[in-house]
Amino acid sequence: MYAQMVKSENTDSGPELDAFQARIDAGEKIEPKDWMPAGYRKTLIRQISQHAHSEIVGQLPEGNWITRAPTLERKAILLAKVQDEAGHGLYLYCAAETLGVSRDELTEMLLDGRMKYSSIFNYPTLTWADIGAIGWLVDGAAIMNQVPLQRTSYGPYARAMVRICKEESFHQRQGYDIMMKMAQGSEAQKRMAQDALNRYWYPSLMMFGPSDKESVHSAQSMKWRIKINSNDELRQKFVDQTVPQAEYLGLTVPDDNLRLNPETGHYEFSEPDWTEFFEVLNGNGPCNKERLEARNKAWDDGQWVRDGMMAHARKKAARAAASKVAAE
Amino acid sequence: MGDHLFEFLLRQGDNTLILSHRISEWCGHAPIIEEDIALANIALDLLGQTQMWLGLAAEVEGAGRSADDLAMLRDAWDFRNSILVERPNGDFGQTMMRQFLFDAYHVELLNKLVNSADERIAAIAAKSLKEVEYHVERSASTVIALGDGSEESHARMQAALDDQWTFAGELFETDAGDHALNDAGIAPLPSSLRVGFEVRAMAVLGDATLIIPETTFAHSGGRSGKRHSEHLGHLLTQMQWLQRAYPGATW
Repeated sequence: MYAQMVKSENTDSGPELDAFQARIDAGEKIEPKDWMPAGYRKTLIRQISQHAHSEIVGQLPEGNWITRAPTLERKAILLAKVQDEAGHGLYLYCAAETLGVSRDELTEMLLDGRMKYSSIFNYPTLTWADIGAIGWLVDGAAIMNQVPLQRTSYGPYARAMVRICKEESFHQRQGYDIMMKMAQGSEAQKRMAQDALNRYWYPSLMMFGPSDKESVHSAQSMKWRIKINSNDELRQKFVDQTVPQAEYLGLTVPDDNLRLNPETGHYEFSEPDWTEFFEVLNGNGPCNKERLEARNKAWDDGQWVRDGMMAHARKKAARAAASKVAAE
Repeated sequence: MGDHLFEFLLRQGDNTLILSHRISEWCGHAPIIEEDIALANIALDLLGQTQMWLGLAAEVEGAGRSADDLAMLRDAWDFRNSILVERPNGDFGQTMMRQFLFDAYHVELLNKLVNSADERIAAIAAKSLKEVEYHVERSASTVIALGDGSEESHARMQAALDDQWTFAGELFETDAGDHALNDAGIAPLPSSLRVGFEVRAMAVLGDATLIIPETTFAHSGGRSGKRHSEHLGHLLTQMQWLQRAYPGATW
């Protein structure tokens, strides 16, 4: 779940809108050429791009460990996983482009800070166990949100999600597998695993965004089926799923208030520190600066490559046109 | 023969391991998402080839070491990769030029190794060749596009070629072990691969409007292990760090 605090746009009213809402209510998919309210389009662009940006920026914390992966196999798995994230970014930018924006425009908005990416990628990966924790917790949280989004109302987004979800569940398993190896390993490895859980638990809970009970944006997005479940519902589901997994690993979730409520069958847990969450969104997370700097550097350093390739494509086209004229 | 074979397998596995490592450093930092994905693909192919080459090296050595032990627990002087592949990435143009020079050699080599008298080597080569045919096609087209692109991209690619050319010669260096393997029908003489390499390099670099430096000098010392560049040690400190810091741990 890489879309947080996506502001939804309310929109005009009228018979077209009623017909549009009726299609959504009937479970139909909206396709790029169909009529859609301006607010629906804008909200989707924001949400899909935020998700795409998160995939691209999300390459960085995990990429940080590719060159230090402990075995050839772990290195291959991690490299394939980070490559998948780039692929997810690509599908999602393509899905956003069907709404009438270009990938370059969206990239520039990420790079100059006008568009956001998920808060989670502003946390550092300090040990190999963090790679396990990211797969287990971060991809686990992402799946909670993305599985329902396979049924979202916008066709290209829903179809992108189908592909992405298949890969994400593999990512989560590989993360859990890393944690398992470490939790069953040496004392130092166990300590590393516990430390990673300590640092990634609350930031993972923040991924769902603050409670949206009062949020008008959420209500509008749910009506449009851009958002399927509330943030709190998903967070609860995540905690319920994850706590037994931590217990199985022999690790302790860093929350003294955590308890299973026998009546509801759900875990009760502490809220993350929302002040920290807003600080991270506002640019004050531990790695915001490094993440954006790295993306800006990649973009700026790559300018000559993109220009060179375009120049070559133009030359090639001109040569092809000239030889066609000569042949005629 | 066993020693020669072990040395040969290390040379293959170390070339693919170290080059894969270098390319993987691009992950998340490439100029375009499509290039990021493609570079990761190539790094993954080479890493898979490493597992096969070093796996066989470990088997041939018969000393109870695994492919991981060979990758993670040898020091620089025991590595047998050519210096070309351990050099830092530089800009995207330098990375792609290094890739093209290596691919153009690699595809010639594998084309011969598929007929190796050692079936295990022939099988690894057959699997690798399918991948490397694509690698060379891609690196060649990128070198052509950037060489024949803008003024800046042309200048950068010429600089990359000038910088790397003298490191390509080592790939064709031939020693007594190579002769022994050649006599046994196991592997071709590296020197015999040079003609095919040069034909391809001249065609591609010509289309890229680049000029091959007029020198026959070649740096040497990687494939013999006698004198690597300073860069390899730094690469290993990163790659081997967890295995060195937590001896005996399983991951």
